[in-house]
Amino acid sequence: MSELFDIYLLEAVLNGLLLGGLFALLSLGLNLIFGVIDVVWICYAELIMCGMYAVYWLHVQYHWPVLAAMAAAIVLVAALGAALHQFVIRPVLSAEPINQLLVTGGVLFFLQAAATLAFGIDFRNVGISLPSVHVGEMSFSAARLLAFGAAAGGVAVMYFFLKRTYLGTAIRAISQDRAIMPLMGVSAGRIFLTTSALGGALAGLAACLLVLQYDVHPAIGLSFGPITFLICVLGGLGSLVGGFIAAFVLAQFISIGGFFFAAEWGYFIAFVFFIVVMFIRPQGILGK
Amino acid sequence: MSIGNYPLHLMILVLLWGYIYTSWSVMGRLGMVSFGHGAFMGIGAYTVVMLWNHFGLTPWIGIPVAFAATAAVAFVIGYPCFRFKIVGHYFALVTLALSEVARLLIVALRDYTGGSLGATPVTALSGGSGVALGALQFESKSVWLVIVAAFWLGGLWVWRAVDRSMGRLALQAISEEEEAAASVGIPVTAAKLRVTLISALMTCAGGILYAQYQLYVNPDAVSGIAISLQMVFGAIAGGMFVMLGPTVGAAFTLLLAEGLRLAFGNKYPALDSTIYGALLVLFIIYMPKGILGAALSAFKGRGR
Amino acid sequence: MRAGEAVAVIGPNGAGKTTLLRAISKLVAPSGGEIAFENESLRNVPAHQIVSRGIAHVPENRRLFPRLTVEENLKMGAYPVASRKKFPERLEQVFGLFPRLKERRRQAAGTLSGGEQQMCAIGRALMSGPKLLLLDEPSAGLAPVVVQSIFELMRRICAEGYTVLIVEQNIRQVLKVVQRAYLLEAGRIVLSGSAAELTASPQIQKTYLGL
Repeated sequence: MSELFDIYLLEAVLNGLLLGGLFALLSLGLNLIFGVIDVVWICYAELIMCGMYAVYWLHVQYHWPVLAAMAAAIVLVAALGAALHQFVIRPVLSAEPINQLLVTGGVLFFLQAAATLAFGIDFRNVGISLPSVHVGEMSFSAARLLAFGAAAGGVAVMYFFLKRTYLGTAIRAISQDRAIMPLMGVSAGRIFLTTSALGGALAGLAACLLVLQYDVHPAIGLSFGPITFLICVLGGLGSLVGGFIAAFVLAQFISIGGFFFAAEWGYFIAFVFFIVVMFIRPQGILGK
Repeated sequence: MSIGNYPLHLMILVLLWGYIYTSWSVMGRLGMVSFGHGAFMGIGAYTVVMLWNHFGLTPWIGIPVAFAATAAVAFVIGYPCFRFKIVGHYFALVTLALSEVARLLIVALRDYTGGSLGATPVTALSGGSGVALGALQFESKSVWLVIVAAFWLGGLWVWRAVDRSMGRLALQAISEEEEAAASVGIPVTAAKLRVTLISALMTCAGGILYAQYQLYVNPDAVSGIAISLQMVFGAIAGGMFVMLGPTVGAAFTLLLAEGLRLAFGNKYPALDSTIYGALLVLFIIYMPKGILGAALSAFKGRGR
Repeated sequence: MRAGEAVAVIGPNGAGKTTLLRAISKLVAPSGGEIAFENESLRNVPAHQIVSRGIAHVPENRRLFPRLTVEENLKMGAYPVASRKKFPERLEQVFGLFPRLKERRRQAAGTLSGGEQQMCAIGRALMSGPKLLLLDEPSAGLAPVVVQSIFELMRRICAEGYTVLIVEQNIRQVLKVVQRAYLLEAGRIVLSGSAAELTASPQIQKTYLGL
């Protein structure tokens, strides 16, 4: 009986939970944007990269206290999100959906290249080393625990915002019937801009959490971008709850797969799982 | 007359990437915008190189194996997608997953593939002989130019053939109105699959050419989202509805990189991509038909 | 229209009745002519500011937010900042008018019956405390029994003193509710007058009431 209970397997499962929390935060922003505005920000991970660089730059180069740097990063990425919508998305909102995908893909290219231009291809570390937390024989990175906590907090705040406030209700409403929003006294354009800023802020928060665990470099978006899309599509593109569930499911695949095989195999299994689900239920778990 | 090696190299690259972007646009222009062609290129490149490096199997055998693998993958992904009408955003994201699966597989099999560090085909060009037909390795760039040019022309021919055939009218209808097309009795899924297979195999061949010419492959250069996006953009920047559009896109990209390199030296290594990225965004917003497409429209407009 | 009046716009399909309402609330841009409300032109007022001017539009087919609850739909009606302060009182008012909505306040609006949805849609418009209420075909798509109750409702709303402009297909019933009416055909007013006058008019009797 005791052979069945492998403490390291439990550790992997728990780590998977922690990872799931982070994924949930990542997918929240993307799903919000898609659910409300009906565009997929292919460059979402690159926005996060910008946030990570912002924290690095402000803290390491200008010696800002880390929390101040993080707050600034969140504001910066929120502004980036709003700017992205205003200058890049808005002109193509009435064009074919594929153009919207492509234009954000172009921004992906641009941001990666600009980051390389500005910071070079070296891996940059924020230089904060958090200790490990030991529970029995398992050890967990404090950074991961913190990330989970912050992600959970972020998700909770978003939940209350969307449920209780007028603006949040309007954001939910607009994805259900855009055409009559003016009759409610709501300017759709303004809601889109606000939602974009919100999506950016969530990306900024994710950036703060990621920068504690990983070094930033221009191509880092490629490591968590694709998995974020998959989580959103798996959960049903636009469904916040679906994305939440899918985040934890895929995180478990990755964590346990990585436990039994090598890390890449975990991701590989997760991706294959995704493709399989796409063929069984293309609209995703909670998609419409 | 002898052209220097470097200009030859550039010409080869323009034609090679022109060919690859054209291969993508064979299905791209018909509404099947794939973000996963990196998978096919990667399968082509790695199958041939791995079979050569580990089993000494000549690329002449490696090529059919790569084709078979590509066809299988294209079918396994394409059939359910078209059958269950997975289109638009979802299709793009599923194909994106595909290209990442390919890249991850290559990296995960690092004991064989060398992982992220890449792999080099074992050279068969020792002792000064510039031609190794059995290994499909050639020293001379002129020879490569001829080979790549042949493929490029072949690619254009296929593009034209798909364009011309009855299938194309059907696919045009399909990409716009699936239900209507189906009701007229056009076998939608079969037609889409045919085009997908053609596009995938062409891209696979492009990967093989790349591997044998550059004599170096690595997972990020031939598979994954980055190269997949690059193909999409190259085709679109040049204009994917026009036959020579993708080639123009390839030429534009490479010449932009070259021009900036000459202007700024290697001081700003990513400047060309930054400008390229910005231009792409602007193109899609203001010139969705691409450079060549827009130029042709302007031309036609004036002529009338 | 005068304050406190109830006016109907009737006419065949495609006459432009719905378009008229949509032009008033600026969902579509008028191609010519002037719309003035309380002595001010609405020409340069964007659609989303019409509600704050005091004009509430209950659209054709109700158009509730299906996955929001009844209460959340009503909340959206009170979105303009001036209305938010009055939300609790207005909510009680609307629940007073429509007790069934109060019972179902936490239910998803998409799951309500046709009649309840219409009540909710009207209630949502009332949440902004409008000076002018635009009703677009309130009885459309409802069972005859429900239609009766809807017209009852309209009578009560008019009795409460709201200024109401109703577009309706059900000519016989609506003429019993309003004081005045216009007959619209192919985008033009062909007849206007008091409800009694129109009911008695031979044109209406023959063409629309089948007499």
